[in-house]
Formats: sequence, structure tokens, C-alpha cells
Amino acid sequence: MVRPTRVTNRIRTLRFEHSEMTQADLAKRIGATRQTVIAIEQGKYSPTLEMAFQIASVFGVPLDDVFQYPTSLENTP
Amino acid sequence: MGFEERNTWAFLVISVVSYTTYVVLVLRSAAGGPLVDAPYQQYLLGTIGAAILVAIVVSIGIRIAIAVRDDDAEQGADQRDREISAFGSRMGQSFMVIGGVAAMLMAMAEWDWFWIANVIYLCFALSGLTESIARIAAYRGGLPQW
Repeated sequence: MVRPTRVTNRIRTLRFEHSEMTQADLAKRIGATRQTVIAIEQGKYSPTLEMAFQIASVFGVPLDDVFQYPTSLENTP
Repeated sequence: MGFEERNTWAFLVISVVSYTTYVVLVLRSAAGGPLVDAPYQQYLLGTIGAAILVAIVVSIGIRIAIAVRDDDAEQGADQRDREISAFGSRMGQSFMVIGGVAAMLMAMAEWDWFWIANVIYLCFALSGLTESIARIAAYRGGLPQW
């Protein structure tokens, strides 16, 4: 069954906190295309674990400062 | 829009145009007579060959256009492009199997070669079309999480 990703992120906020880094700059630093950064920011693409660590490394923060995943309790209707 | 997505759009358009051209040419050459008597071979090989050539030229053109704009971030394929490509291939593959099985059964039933060649070409075209649409949908809406 197709479902949207439940991974959320703070990449947009972190970019602005880091001298208003552009999406193109971030893409270049993680070896991806700008479209991929846009897709990740919009929650349309869940990056690989390696790319996720690369993004966190660019901002110098732990992984869970960049990406969040809802816990099972939060999902209970 | 990155290089791979533009390439996918180009491939979609080229696939549709080339197969439609083939169908029109065969129907015209049949001139109302039996389709199996139409000289389809030259049109089939011609449209496939032309589609491959045009796809290569357009792909080079897209790459040059991006290079002229000096947009480094849009060059090449990354992990997401490769995942979308694999997803598209999986979606299109079913028609290749259907075409192969249909051609096998038609050969065993001794159908005319015209129909065997054409069912393979039709499934080949549908495979490319499905793959392109799946890839564009993934680029626009995201990869499905199964």
C-alpha cells in the first residue's frame, strides 16, 4: 500500500540558521541534486541513512536534530 | 527540474511519438487491405532506430543546456534518481513479461509473424510508457513507501 513518508525534518530551519545556506549549497556538500534536497525538505523523499548522516554532519548536529519520526504512542488514534 | 527528470519527460514524449508514427505508417501502407500484408518491418525497425537516436541527441542536448547554465547541482544522478529509476523499471517490467509470454503463445499457435512482432513492439512501447509515467509520478509526488 502506498503511503507518504512519516519522517519529518528541520532542514529548512537549519539552513537558515547556518548563514541562510541555499538548497544548491547543501546539495553540493552532500553530493546530491538540488531536487533531492527539495524533495527531502518537502517530505516527499526519505533519504538513505548515509545521506541523513551527511546532512546532519553539514549542520554539525546529531541526526535526530535534523530528522524526526513519530513514536508509536503519537500514532495511536 | 533535474537532468534525469527532464530525460524521463523526453523519453515519454519520444516513445509516444515513435509508436504512434509506426501505427499510422502501417495503417496507411495497409491501405484498407489485410494488416498482415502491410510492409511493417521497415517501419518497425525505422521507428525504433529513430527513437533511440533522437533520445540520445535530446539527452546530450539537455546535458549541454544544463552545463551552459552552469548549474552543478542539476548534473548527474544521485541516490534518489537511482531509486526512482529502479522503481520505474519494476513498474514497466510487467509489460515485457506479458509481451514475451504472448509472443511465445502466438508462435506456438502459429499466428502470422506480423502479429507476433507487433505484440512484442506494443508491449515494448507500453513498458516504456509505464516506466516513464511511474518515474515522473515518483519525481512529482514522491516514491511510494510500501
